[in-house]
Amino acid sequence: MSMSATLLTASNLTRHYGGGRGWLGRRKPLIQAVQGVDLCIQPGATLGIVGESGCGKSTLARMLVGLDQPSAGHLLLDGKSWPDQSRSERKRLHSQIQYVFQDSLSALNPRKTIRAILEAPMDHLLGMERNARYRRLQELMEAVGLRPELLERYPHELSGGQAQRIGIARALAAQPQILVLDEPVSALDVSIQAQVLNLLQDLQQHYRLAYVFISHDLAVVEAVSDVVAVMYFGRIVEQAPAGELFRSPKHPYTRLLLDSIPLPGKKGLRGESETIELPDPAAPPQGCPFAPRCVNARDKCRHEQPRLRPMEGEERIAACHFPLVF
Amino acid sequence: MTRSSRPSAWKLLRHNHIAFFGLCLFLLVTVIALVAPILPLSAPNDTAPAERLLRPLSEGRLLGTDHLGRDLLSRLIWGARVSISVGLSATLIASVIGSALGLIAGFAGGRTDNVLMRGVDMLMAFPYILLALAIVAALGPGLSNALYAIALVNIPFFARNIRGVTLSLTRRDFVDAARLSGKGPVRILLTEILPNVAPIIVITMSTTLGWMILETAGLSFLGLGAQPPQADLGAMLGEGRKLLFTAPHVSVIPGLMIFALVMSVNLIGDGVRDVLDPKLKSGSLTRPSAMTEVQSADAKSSPAPDISATQDALAVRNLQTEFLVGTDIYKAVGGVSFELGKGECLGLVGESGSGKSVTAMSLLRLAPTPPGRIVSGQIWRSGEDLLSFPLHRIQALRGGEIAYIFQDPLSSLHPLFSVGAQVAEAIQAHQPYSHREAWRAAVSLLEQVRLPNAASIAHSYPHELSGGMRQRVCIAMALANHPQIIVADEPTTALDVTVQAQVLKLMNQQRKQNEAAALLFITHDFGVVSEICDRVAVMYAGRIVEVGAAGEVLNKPAHPYTRLLINCVPIPGRNQDRLPAIPGSPPAVNNLPAGCAFADRCPFAEGDCRNGDIRLRPLGENRFARCIKPLWKTAP
Repeated sequence: MSMSATLLTASNLTRHYGGGRGWLGRRKPLIQAVQGVDLCIQPGATLGIVGESGCGKSTLARMLVGLDQPSAGHLLLDGKSWPDQSRSERKRLHSQIQYVFQDSLSALNPRKTIRAILEAPMDHLLGMERNARYRRLQELMEAVGLRPELLERYPHELSGGQAQRIGIARALAAQPQILVLDEPVSALDVSIQAQVLNLLQDLQQHYRLAYVFISHDLAVVEAVSDVVAVMYFGRIVEQAPAGELFRSPKHPYTRLLLDSIPLPGKKGLRGESETIELPDPAAPPQGCPFAPRCVNARDKCRHEQPRLRPMEGEERIAACHFPLVF
Repeated sequence: MTRSSRPSAWKLLRHNHIAFFGLCLFLLVTVIALVAPILPLSAPNDTAPAERLLRPLSEGRLLGTDHLGRDLLSRLIWGARVSISVGLSATLIASVIGSALGLIAGFAGGRTDNVLMRGVDMLMAFPYILLALAIVAALGPGLSNALYAIALVNIPFFARNIRGVTLSLTRRDFVDAARLSGKGPVRILLTEILPNVAPIIVITMSTTLGWMILETAGLSFLGLGAQPPQADLGAMLGEGRKLLFTAPHVSVIPGLMIFALVMSVNLIGDGVRDVLDPKLKSGSLTRPSAMTEVQSADAKSSPAPDISATQDALAVRNLQTEFLVGTDIYKAVGGVSFELGKGECLGLVGESGSGKSVTAMSLLRLAPTPPGRIVSGQIWRSGEDLLSFPLHRIQALRGGEIAYIFQDPLSSLHPLFSVGAQVAEAIQAHQPYSHREAWRAAVSLLEQVRLPNAASIAHSYPHELSGGMRQRVCIAMALANHPQIIVADEPTTALDVTVQAQVLKLMNQQRKQNEAAALLFITHDFGVVSEICDRVAVMYAGRIVEVGAAGEVLNKPAHPYTRLLINCVPIPGRNQDRLPAIPGSPPAVNNLPAGCAFADRCPFAEGDCRNGDIRLRPLGENRFARCIKPLWKTAP
């Protein structure tokens, strides 16, 4: 990674739900959704975050864009603590980091035209004049590859691919430096998925955007990311440059994810065959949360939680007592 | 496109004859009441002691007179004017205040919601007429006080309705999106949520207006609303009550007017609700019949059984299933033919809208009618055409010889029964087992799909299990009656990748154990196809475009669509800089182009591709492609 200025830094980011006591003094279970995540986002680069459902990747994304408040830890956006700021400063920072939703259609108000939806961030975040908005709308529609006639349509008249392009256009309307993309292509068909991924790549080059690309699909994450972080049970368990991570995973969970992907034209899937009990988020295990599923687990793994540590001679960190060797 | 094919709200209301009748009646009464001052009527309050209690149709007194000799027609029209205006004003006041409370409570949530809604609950705890009486008693009788009382007692109705709707809207993504666009809470409430709540407010208003008119009349009847001599329908009814036997017309005429007014408003209200309610608008109230309707000419003539197909588990010939939406015909399945060999696994691959699921549903006539219907084709099984079967024979096949596994195990399992009971029920539906025997068989099936502690898991409910475990339960149900064919519709799409690997391995094991069961596996994922399928059929725009052995089709596709589709799937470890995407999007099946449906997106398309029907052409042994320029050809 280059030494260019970091756009967004997350340190020890944590989010838990519940906890405390209810009305009659009953203890509510404490759910740890995200635990102690550290991230750095550089201009023009893509950080991929991959994990299975319930691993906390969406909660993390919502905290990054300010839709959810961390329970502990800090976010620094553009050198300022985020999102607790004065209202005007918050607005300015909001225009720096924008979000693309997974379900693009449900993120568009069914009773508003596409024009009204795309104009909102220009009006409320940037305070643009009518004429400037008009020019910017034309530019945006061209950038995401849609005909300007669509501006007068309503969301239900769009196809899935078009709706996701509008979602991206809305995020770009605020002229951000960072886009957080939460499963942006998982609801799309493969042929449309490839179109949208290529579009994202073009936009990144054109506007020098930084992406936080969240997905459950390893292949998609690899195709778009410079650095990939693998999340399991609310924590990052391995993080490395995309190519290295997939060539030689060090954490057994990363290995399991890779082995579980069925490949076109090949037979003989590896991966697990038994049903696995996932750890209970309300009562997390003492040691490594992956230990019950891990083929290499030893006594130490069941008692001591491994910390993220750099792997020798690599730009990689992994949280494993006994990293895989090749 | 969608806008033109769906009828507008006004058109829908216009076609609802009963609601339209109500609307006409209400408009008629309202217009007459509005123009009352310029109508040639005698003044409503002019008494004429000499002309007391004239019967209707007397000279100059069309509806007769009351006990003070006042003209009833005039009083009726002026009275309707009062009733309608009080009813409307009360509805407006109640809807504005009630909706505002509901919007704020639903949007703010937490403590604000609690305080506001408990207040509303307290209002609701009193019987409404008692509350109205108390208010009028406190403020003194009079029309305007009656109006406030009626408005107040109806506020909870609006507040509760609107709060519920607001609450569900507030959690939608578009509200988060508006936050990210820099909108503050007030602006979000007014510009994002209110427009979505507005139809519900209108529905609630239209259904309460009649009720309000009735309540106004009720209070006036009790002498708490309009004060004499002012004419009001309720007051007229009250005055006429004493003369019910000597001069029934004095009370019957205003009574009929109240009836007509309230009925017309309620009819409009029902119509407006039907038009604006999105659930009713999409026609989901019309319950689909138990099996898909068949309107097939060849099914009726029942041609001779296809002899070549008898060694197959299933042979589908030229299946066509259509959906009729508005005036458009969607050809979801446009002539699909395939054979499913005994013990074979055939993959049906395609993107959404390619017709792969509808094909699977049509096999056991599970596509909903209306709007779906099978218009052509045969489905051969053991020398018989399933499309000619009556309902009871189809039902005997469903879950018996032919079993289904669906995409979302949570929605295909019943939330209120334990999974063991559901598997046992599936067994008992087809086999004469006692309850205990069925339960034992269910537990052994759950063991067979490798659920740990099957005996105790049988007692758990679907929500207590993980997604992978639920799908294993669904597989156990499908295996319950030793099926000869299993139709699996995207069974691993909703699962995480590690769980998908587990389920695919399980399905492969089961296939080895139950050699007889053929599997029709529907998916969009070529990786899953290579893992589990022997043969694969690729679908595009409702038709099969390529068929062959799975390995051959995937490694050496003949149809350009197959090749382009395989190429645009990212493969881990291949580090592609740019994915070769297919330009454009699939055609809508209500407006298919002539010739090859893929021609517009195909880099090899030429003039002939857009002319006439292109057949599925043989390319080699058991290998077909619907293309006049396949990517390779075997030497003749």
